[in-house]
Amino acid sequence: MSNLWPRIEPLLAKVEKPARYIGMERGAVSPEHRPDLVAWLLIYPDTYEIGLPNQGLQILYEILNERADALAERAYAPWTDMEAALRHAGLPLFSVDTHHAAGEFDMLAFNLSAELVYTNVLNLVDLAGVPVRSADRAPEHPVVVAGGHCTYNPEPLADYVDAFVIGDGEEVAGEVTEVVGAWKRAGRSRRDVLLRDLATIPGVYVPSMYDVTYDGPAVVAVTPRHPDVPERVDKRTVADLAEWPYPKRQLVPLVEVVHDRLNVEIFRGCTRGCRFCQAGMITRPVRERPEEQVRTMVRDGLRRTGYDEVALTSLSSADFSGIDRVVADLVDDQEGTGGVSLSLPSLRVDAFTVGIASEIQKVRRTGLTFAPEAGTWRMRQVINKLITEDDLYAAVDAAYSQGWRRVKLYFLTGLPTETDVDTLGIARLAKQVVEIGRRHTKQASCTVSVGGFVPKPHTPFQWFGQNGVEELNRKIGLLRDALRGTRAQLKWHDPAATYVEGIASRGDRRIGRVIERVWRAGGTFQEWSERFDLTRWLDAMAAEGLDPDWYVTRHRHADERLPWAHVAAGLHDDFLWADWQAALAEHGLPDCRWTPCYDCGVCTDYALEHVVASPVAPAGGSQGTGQDLSRGDAVPVRFVAAASATGKQ
Amino acid sequence: MRGSATHPVRLRYAKHGKVRWTSHRDVARAFERAFRVARLPLAFSGGFSPHPRVSFGLALPTGAESDAEFLDVDLTEAVDLDALPGVLTAALPDGIAVTAAATLEARAPALMDEVTSCEWHVTVTREGSTFTCDELRPVVAAALARDELPVARVRKGRPTVEDVRGVIERFDVLGDTTEGVLVHLELLTRPRSAKPDDVIVAVASATGAEGLVVVRAVRTAQWIERDGARREPLCTVVHPRRATRARDTEEGIDVPRPDPRDHRTERVGAGAHSDPS
Repeated sequence: MSNLWPRIEPLLAKVEKPARYIGMERGAVSPEHRPDLVAWLLIYPDTYEIGLPNQGLQILYEILNERADALAERAYAPWTDMEAALRHAGLPLFSVDTHHAAGEFDMLAFNLSAELVYTNVLNLVDLAGVPVRSADRAPEHPVVVAGGHCTYNPEPLADYVDAFVIGDGEEVAGEVTEVVGAWKRAGRSRRDVLLRDLATIPGVYVPSMYDVTYDGPAVVAVTPRHPDVPERVDKRTVADLAEWPYPKRQLVPLVEVVHDRLNVEIFRGCTRGCRFCQAGMITRPVRERPEEQVRTMVRDGLRRTGYDEVALTSLSSADFSGIDRVVADLVDDQEGTGGVSLSLPSLRVDAFTVGIASEIQKVRRTGLTFAPEAGTWRMRQVINKLITEDDLYAAVDAAYSQGWRRVKLYFLTGLPTETDVDTLGIARLAKQVVEIGRRHTKQASCTVSVGGFVPKPHTPFQWFGQNGVEELNRKIGLLRDALRGTRAQLKWHDPAATYVEGIASRGDRRIGRVIERVWRAGGTFQEWSERFDLTRWLDAMAAEGLDPDWYVTRHRHADERLPWAHVAAGLHDDFLWADWQAALAEHGLPDCRWTPCYDCGVCTDYALEHVVASPVAPAGGSQGTGQDLSRGDAVPVRFVAAASATGKQ
Repeated sequence: MRGSATHPVRLRYAKHGKVRWTSHRDVARAFERAFRVARLPLAFSGGFSPHPRVSFGLALPTGAESDAEFLDVDLTEAVDLDALPGVLTAALPDGIAVTAAATLEARAPALMDEVTSCEWHVTVTREGSTFTCDELRPVVAAALARDELPVARVRKGRPTVEDVRGVIERFDVLGDTTEGVLVHLELLTRPRSAKPDDVIVAVASATGAEGLVVVRAVRTAQWIERDGARREPLCTVVHPRRATRARDTEEGIDVPRPDPRDHRTERVGAGAHSDPS
């Protein structure tokens, strides 16, 4: 193994933010490479600033380095200036921990959190000196694996990634290490033998072990090539977070990164049932971390890192049982230490959460964010985000009255059944919010962030035809006109990028060649607006003879085989279809933590249970809790009976 | 606590090795975290958004190393100043070491306003070919004979041309090392401070010497010149252990102009500050 640092350092004087490439974070390790260890290079395929805080990657980094048979280092996508300098100097992608060449590791393990990073994955494999297509790799090359939410539709990268890990990685990372370790000890011959062994690990999907059959444009079958390869790959789920108090040594970077604070995961999974939300669907059931462990992780983490901010992370942090107690104790703990601030990402929209927020943000009350997601009650019933206008106005009133001056609202547009009344409802809400704010302070302002909706696999909206670029632009135009001259500031996501996300999100195996073409044409860092170019994608689709609208804007039929059907998040197909039909009928579905099970499939099929400390819903919020749900505009919410939501059991 | 009497402390620290690629801001944030890890009784500014009262000195350019960086921090109570450097160094990234701590006079002017000059050891090489001090000496002599040494810079996003001749107090070519030619510079901070890289670029472009690059720059000292005497920033303070308050003339150490030969021995002989990796 060779340390490349002496050759990398001379490049640093000429690149932006050179400290991205030095490692040296508090908590980082410098493992010794030995032939008997399986060497993992954990790669986040975006910049250091975006990738470093990723908790999944940090958890695996610790777990693998604690093992006697493995070591793990990290790499991030070098920015374009550094990549050019590396290629010019004939240097490969390297680890930031010990500056070893990526190609000398046994495993290149990518975290896939967003579809637009796919071209970066190919670029980094190439920069590592490894053939980008799996079929071209030899036994001496690293095994390319990937995990993260995007792997629930692995097909677009199926020809490029040797093995995908579906679901929670804590346990399966060790199982993969053992299989690869055995293969190394046996002389590291025959890559196909290793891949076939990997394919037998539950939760591991090896695309080269499956044949895809097409009928015209449609995928009609994905068939295992061997009897020991499973027809369907089920996700892995860690049953009890208490057994996994990671990261224990969160990395403290020297460079300023996103989410630059202590992050403590308080629960995993969410059963609010928002129909657009892939994370909520694929991470079920809810598994809370014990309250006492949360306290310990926060206390130890703050003491060790020196951070003055801690985030209690989850998909809806105010839903944690006893959140008010935890927050109050943490605030008391920090009394007199110079002010540690707490943040709760993904706040529910209600006055209760504002109460918590005011408890934790005693000093810095700059902005508070809520995500009503849609502008009318009808639309929010369709997406099952059951926030009433009263909830929102009470939350906003509480926020402004308690000293916040700026409220940020997140919305989606291009949702199923959306009409211009729904779109303009966003502007109506925003204006009302500003109005409420001005009763409290003349400086009241409101930022409205609008993103185009991309239907995701394994959600009830996976059959929906996404809005095209023109339609999304038209809707954004409506909102711009409606908010012109008001104190509500509109921000929006580029509909062209939304469109490409749609291609990759529900793409099949043929989209891989499109990604490869875009990469070869120089299309890296596609989630960076200054680097994104729709034309490259459309040209690549045309060159592959594929119709982008067929992938993006087309509604799928009930009997169509979806390209990701051989990957299972545990949700029954008939549950998802019934929930899709309920959405179209504007029916809500309650949260099963506190109401009877409607059998989505996850707990029953995987013998799992919710791990929730409180048998009752948290106070103050109506959203999906079954409490006082008839206060919305004119249309009262109606729940679909559990029996009709799914035909099973 | 806010607004009450504080205990101002001045720290000297060094920055060497890989960590030299962090920015001035990165180092400031690392210190603020280290203060909290070390549980220092920090004094906070008042107002809507309180911040620890820390005042950093002249920015060290990203990529440069230093033996002589300074910062001031206000504490709410006295701490053991002998133990402080070790405690903080343990909480800081590898390569950043606090080397001294002392109580600061309550009314001491801001570090940035006080420092009048900085000394540097700079290693210069020529891209693509070997380079010796015998080649550099006539280049420097020719450059220093000029009245102006313009260099193109970008300030606040706008390109400008600045003259660096006026800030060059000393420019001694010390000798050859394995990395290149070692140079000793003393640069004034007024009217406008210049980086060693700017000075080398200006010297090179004024004399037509192509391809000169700085491979290593180490700030070796910062000086405060007042009333004809030079003091190190840390020597303007009174250590509380002294029984009597020192007289003005004894507060600082009068320093004779350094003999470049001494630096040569110290720097080259010791081979200090090379990156261990």
